[in-house]
Amino acid sequence: MKVGVLALQGAFREHERIFSSLGAETVLVKKVEHLDSLDGLVIPGGESTSIGRLLREYHLIEPIRELAADGFPVFGTCAGMIVLAKRIHGGEEPHLSLMDIEVDRNSFGRQRESFEADLDIPEIGEEPFPAVFIRAPHVTEVGEGVTVLARYQDRVVGVREGNLMALSFHPELTDDTRLHQYFLKLIEGRARVAV
Amino acid sequence: MAKTGTEVVKRGMAEMQKGGVIMDVVTPEQAKIAEAAGACAVMALERVPSDIRAAGGVARMADPTIVEQVMKAVSIPVMAKCRIGHIVEARVLEAMGVDYIDESEVLTPADDKFHINKREFTVPFVCGARDLGEALRRIAEGASMIRTKGEPGTGNIVEAVKHQRMMQAQIRKVQAMSEDELVAEAKNLGAPYELLLEVHRLGKLPVVNFAAGGVATPADAALMMELGSDGVFVGSGIFKSENPEKFARAIVQATTHYQDYELIAELSKGLGTAMKGIDLNTLRDEERMAVRGW
Repeated sequence: MKVGVLALQGAFREHERIFSSLGAETVLVKKVEHLDSLDGLVIPGGESTSIGRLLREYHLIEPIRELAADGFPVFGTCAGMIVLAKRIHGGEEPHLSLMDIEVDRNSFGRQRESFEADLDIPEIGEEPFPAVFIRAPHVTEVGEGVTVLARYQDRVVGVREGNLMALSFHPELTDDTRLHQYFLKLIEGRARVAV
Repeated sequence: MAKTGTEVVKRGMAEMQKGGVIMDVVTPEQAKIAEAAGACAVMALERVPSDIRAAGGVARMADPTIVEQVMKAVSIPVMAKCRIGHIVEARVLEAMGVDYIDESEVLTPADDKFHINKREFTVPFVCGARDLGEALRRIAEGASMIRTKGEPGTGNIVEAVKHQRMMQAQIRKVQAMSEDELVAEAKNLGAPYELLLEVHRLGKLPVVNFAAGGVATPADAALMMELGSDGVFVGSGIFKSENPEKFARAIVQATTHYQDYELIAELSKGLGTAMKGIDLNTLRDEERMAVRGW
C-alpha cells in the first residue's frame, strides 16, 4: 500500500513516520507527477494559506480533485481539513473544495488557547483519543452524507464523507495510531471494491 | 479537561511551521503581502534588523500598536520579539495574544546573565543558537523552537551556514557516541545530560530547528534547507529587496522545492536586486548580534 503525504509545508514527516510504522509505503508529494500510483493521500497540518498557495502554484488542485472524485481516499488534519472543505467561514476562497462541510479557521482562538483533550471516537474503539488542537479549525456545518466522527464539547472536530476524512486536531503528534489505521482501512476497503 | 500551554502544544505549533518561511514585517500591508505569498507566519517588528543596525541605540520590543495591527491584518500566526531576559516584554506580548515569542539577540539584551524561564509561559518561544550546547540550554529553559542566529540584518548567509553546520556536525557526533560518553560531552557542550541523551536517541534536536540571520535570496533559503534546517526565517531579505512580492513568493517556493535546482533557477530570474548586504569583515565586534546571549 502506497500513501502519499502532501509535502508542500507543515508536519508531513510526522504522518510519514506513523504510516511507515504501520507498514505502509509513503511518498512525499510536492508535484503532480508524485501522485502517480498512490492508494491514498494525506494533507498534513501546517498553514492552510501556505499549502493552498503552493497547491495552486504547482497545479495540484485539479489532479487531486479528479482522483478524489474517483473514490481515491484523502485524509486531512487541521490545515488539511481546511484545504478539503467546500466552504470556509468568512468567505475565504476554498482550496480543494471536496468535502461538504463548512469550517471556521482558528476557531478556538490563538496559540495560547491551543490545547490537549481526550476525545471519544466510537469508530476507533472505547478508549479516548489524546487529541492535540493547535490554532485548530472546527466544522460549523455538515452536508448530507457527512458522518461526524468526533466532537469536542458541542463542536464537530472529526468528519468522514465516503472516501474523505478530516480532523481538526493532530493525530500525527501523538503515539496513538488508531486514526491512521482507520484511514488505511478506508484504502483497503476501496481496493476490495475495485477488485 | 482541556490543557493549554503544554509542551506538546507549544512544540507542536512549531512543527506546523516546518517547510515554511517566516517573514519579518513592519506594517499590516507587508504582513498581507507575506501571507499572500505563502508565508507560514510573520514576525511583527518596528524595524527590520538591517534598520535596527542602521539606527543604533537600544533596540526594544516593538510598539504594541504595530503588533496588534499585524495580528488584525492576517490569519496566519504572528510572532514578535522581546529582549533577551526581558520577562515583562514577554508577558506583555503573551497578554496581547501573540502566537510565538522570539527571545531575540536582534534586540539589545535586557539581562546580561539570564535568559527568560520560558517554561512558565503559555505562549511558546523560539530562541537563537550558534551550536548544540546553546540550543540545548535554551530548550532546557523552555524554548519550543530553535533557529540559527546567523548575523541578522546583513543579507550575508555565512554565519547562518556556520551555525547550522556546527549544530548538525555536533548532533551527528552525539548520535554516534556511546551513552557512557554523553556525560562528559554534556560538560563539554554546557548542555543538560537528559537533553543530550534525547539528541543521541533522536538524531536531531527535540524541537524544530529553523535557519535565520542573513537569508537574502531563494538560493540562500534552499541552501539552509539543504543543510538540514526545518524552515527559514527571512528578516530584512524580503522588504529590503527591490520587489518584495516576487522575492517573498520565490523564497517560499525555493524552501519547499529546495532540491529542484532548475526550478530555483526559474524562480531567481528577473527578481531585481536583493538587499545590499554587509561583508562581515567590515563589522566591528560590538556590532555583531550573534554573540549576544550565552
